[in-house]
Amino acid sequence: MRIDCKHVWQHVSDYIDGEIDAQLRAEIDHHLETCEICSAVLDSTRNVMVLVADDRVFELPTGFSDRLHARLEEELAKG
Amino acid sequence: MNAVPNPEFEADCIRRILAGEKHLFHDLIRPCERPIYFMLLSILKNEADAEDAAQETAIKVYRNLHLFRGDSQFRTWVLSIARNEGLGRLRKTESRGEESLDALTDEQSGDFTPAVLTSWKEVPADALERKELSGLLRKAIEGLPEIYRNVILLRDIEEMDVRETAAALGVSEGAVKVRLHRARALLQRDLASRLKGFAPKRARLFKW
Repeated sequence: MRIDCKHVWQHVSDYIDGEIDAQLRAEIDHHLETCEICSAVLDSTRNVMVLVADDRVFELPTGFSDRLHARLEEELAKG
Repeated sequence: MNAVPNPEFEADCIRRILAGEKHLFHDLIRPCERPIYFMLLSILKNEADAEDAAQETAIKVYRNLHLFRGDSQFRTWVLSIARNEGLGRLRKTESRGEESLDALTDEQSGDFTPAVLTSWKEVPADALERKELSGLLRKAIEGLPEIYRNVILLRDIEEMDVRETAAALGVSEGAVKVRLHRARALLQRDLASRLKGFAPKRARLFKW
């Protein structure tokens, strides 16, 4: 069975997470071999995920941890 | 930088804290600090409020530690407390019910088709040193509807698995997968063409 681009797009996220069965994976892999558009969609989705996961994008505010533990210390001292 | 949960360390820590070694609570909560803060930032959308709510969450976790039963992961339990803290504050400040907070439902139709673009292989991770790129990414995530933003934060940024994400948000695993798919598609559409411009130029071997 041949699957079309829309079908591939519906499963991009599960494909990346390895959450699809072997048969569907094989069909998508087969489709990707010849479809540049879907390959680009897959690569770009994965790239966006890699970038947003980078610690430099979401950093805790400076001193956050110190202030949190100072506040906790007060609580712990209450007995 | 996502601490892997260590249930044995946590269980031992909790037992000792409850037995009087209170100072160990600092070590117990430390691996949860990041996810607590970003969960709250995602709900409250304000750094100062998120920090205050994060401190309040940590104190509630400490006060209620004897109630933790160990049938979920400690971090999951902590994040559900953080989420309740955040939603409680939103309700207070904006006097609106949870219906409107979660107004966007999973049945919501929308255009989740990806941006079609030519190949983009290199990840411009080095460009993250430039504030411009980090800002672009943060803005895109902040612009997502709440139900998608939470899922992206927990799954892709804090790298929690589907089960834990579902437990922390109080939704089914199926809903997490659907939301994640849509959230990633929205981000891809919003960001792909703009991020491509940050991809490194192919290195030239000779510079003359």
